[in-house]
Amino acid sequence: MEALDLARWQFGITTVYHFIFVPLTLGLSVLVAIIQTFWYRTGDERYKQLTKYFGKLFVIIFTLGIVTGIVQEFQFGMNWSEYSRFVGDIFGIPLAIEALMAFFMESTFLGLWLFGWNRLSKGVHLLSIWLVAIASNLSAIWILMANSWMQVPVGYEIVGGRAELSDFVAILLNERLLVQMPHTIIAGFVTGGLFVLGISAWMMYRGNQVQTFKKSAQIALVFTAVASLLTATTGHSQAQDTVKSQPMKMAAMEGLWETEKPASFSLFALIDQENKTSMREVRLPYMLSVLAHNNATSEVKGMNELQAEMEEKYGEGNYIPPVKTVYWGFRVMVGLGVLFILTAFTGLWLWWMGRLETTRWYHKTLMGVLFLPFIANSAGWLVTEMGRQPWVVYGLLLTSEGVSPSVAGSSIWISMAAFTLVYGFLAAVAAYLVVKYAKPGIPKEVEKNTSNSQETTHQADAFAY
Amino acid sequence: MDFQLIWFTLIAVLFIGYFFLEGFDFGVGILMPFISRDDVDRRVCINTIGPFWDANEVWLITAGGAMFAAFPHWYATLFSGFYLPLLLILIALIFRAVGFEFRAKVNKVFWKKSADHFIFWGSLIPAFIWGVALTNIVMGLPIGADMNFTGGLFGLLSPYAILGGLASTAVFTLHGAVFLTLRTDGPLMERAAKVAAIMWIPAGLLLLVFALLGYKYTILFDGLGLIPGTLPALTIIAFIAGYFLLKLGRTGWSFAATGATIVFGTIVAFEGLFPVLMPSTLNPDWSLTIYNASSSELTLTIMSVVALLFLPLILGYQIYSYYVFRKRVTRDSIPTH
Repeated sequence: MEALDLARWQFGITTVYHFIFVPLTLGLSVLVAIIQTFWYRTGDERYKQLTKYFGKLFVIIFTLGIVTGIVQEFQFGMNWSEYSRFVGDIFGIPLAIEALMAFFMESTFLGLWLFGWNRLSKGVHLLSIWLVAIASNLSAIWILMANSWMQVPVGYEIVGGRAELSDFVAILLNERLLVQMPHTIIAGFVTGGLFVLGISAWMMYRGNQVQTFKKSAQIALVFTAVASLLTATTGHSQAQDTVKSQPMKMAAMEGLWETEKPASFSLFALIDQENKTSMREVRLPYMLSVLAHNNATSEVKGMNELQAEMEEKYGEGNYIPPVKTVYWGFRVMVGLGVLFILTAFTGLWLWWMGRLETTRWYHKTLMGVLFLPFIANSAGWLVTEMGRQPWVVYGLLLTSEGVSPSVAGSSIWISMAAFTLVYGFLAAVAAYLVVKYAKPGIPKEVEKNTSNSQETTHQADAFAY
Repeated sequence: MDFQLIWFTLIAVLFIGYFFLEGFDFGVGILMPFISRDDVDRRVCINTIGPFWDANEVWLITAGGAMFAAFPHWYATLFSGFYLPLLLILIALIFRAVGFEFRAKVNKVFWKKSADHFIFWGSLIPAFIWGVALTNIVMGLPIGADMNFTGGLFGLLSPYAILGGLASTAVFTLHGAVFLTLRTDGPLMERAAKVAAIMWIPAGLLLLVFALLGYKYTILFDGLGLIPGTLPALTIIAFIAGYFLLKLGRTGWSFAATGATIVFGTIVAFEGLFPVLMPSTLNPDWSLTIYNASSSELTLTIMSVVALLFLPLILGYQIYSYYVFRKRVTRDSIPTH
């Protein structure tokens, strides 16, 4: 493989891996903060126990999020120096603001929260976890602003071979950002919600502190139900925006080779990228036109026509992304999204019927569904990033032009091997720890002795290293 | 206004903050295996930096982000040029974080021993490589006309650069020893104080040789006489004062003094470079300067406003966090499993 392919693989591996932990952090931080707020408002010790229980799991996840995040901050410069030179004037702004506004706040207040159980007043301690949750989600906004600009560049002018900022407000209000940001953050909420639900279900299934875990399940159910619906609506807005701003990506998402009017929605297709055709298609007539333009008879352009248009505009080249990955990534994401909505509303219905803690098949379902948001999140990013290829900045810079000229393929081999091994090791450690801390439920002695102040102090220090 | 100058200063401040803060937690990580008598001691050491180390590391992340935004060419040239050293730093920082966060999560000997190795090597390696990297920059690098680094890995490992790495490691270790003296009590504190007193000698010798050879190998003192100015003098004074302050039992002031050594030392490097960011040894015209490597004026203006808004806030809550955890970490405060 050449340096370019290696650099792309490395970016893909490290980023997908990083994004296993990030969405979970986004959702779980908010849920821990909500549960602690319940404790603060009601004084019910069960909420305190739940806060600590899910807090510990949160810290394990969060740690992996930061350590893999450090790599991301420097990887642009390491492997993509020409990209960095080209976009730095614009792309660097949200990255620097992310660190200044979010990372400092997140890390400082997490330290205060972890070690402050005995030293801070209850109110300030609660505020700390909320600031962690807010900072995590703020960081998502800024990094998504950077990504949105790569998808739909705005507010720039090309000066001396690089993109220079001409309008900061345009970047802040990039319409791509306004659809992509809520969709991604809320998908994180779904991930966190289904995590808390899955773990609570596991405990209820094993008959471990059922009444306590019913409470966390209820909070997570409401949270997930709202979030899963919003993921669908924001996802729809994002797709409609893609039709306008990146028609090639949309055509690839649909496996649509020829322009159609009215356009049909594809349910299944065997994509043949070489011959630019799809076989054994199952299509719903009019559906794509409706979804794309809210108009049953509108036209949606196919990849062949778009390829011709782009060749005319940018010169010869292959402007069609890897269609199979984009097409199936989209279907996996949407299919799972629908499943999450059904899962959440089934739970609400069982709760309404008073059977939430006794319905064992539902507990088992939740334990399985816990793992699926990670697949849905990755699929979503593969669609949006692979669908943008061959561009790294859409319409401005090809991915092949962004790679570091001074870095040898052998160096990238070394770093890719190192990251793969280290990340594999981290995954094993994290999985082991999450199971170790989740499985026993809430430690027994705490339940017995919550009134004993000495015991509470001892418990409180349990977050120490 | 000269926004390039402002951003050069701000990024210097971020690196100074990073070396000052992470300097002592590197030192704690390096010393932890040697000055602890048992597991409780080791946990006391780790808990002295428990609430802080992550926020300390964010100074580096922010410096990286700020370089990307304000001087994209600096960011691109430096990190693609120092590819493998940076990779080592990143891997080390990953293991270090994992060591801190997960050490107490499993009460098994093998688990804790592994975490101790992660913490030690994860602190030692970056402490060393930062010194090597910074030394290489002030020595000048083979940077081509297209701003890209043209050298190889072994070119970065000259004896003088390695001396720089040893000096930074020694100073960070000293800084950490004084920090431990400040933040622990009982026999552990006494051992930390003893280590600190001893560390002054190797750190002092390394710094001295490094500074004297600096006339020959670096561009820092070019055009200056034998007495290069106030800042190097302050570095030396702070360094020596730290020793006597510790002996007088003024540990807090001694810590401020080792911190000041790091601060002034880093300023010497940045000031000596100015207005160059990365000097080219191939052709002075190919050097990266704050003008040819910078972002547009609009970007720098916006970033200045953002920094002006957030830096005071960040300093405020970080100071608050140090204030909340100002008490010494005692053996009694460590929970049993």
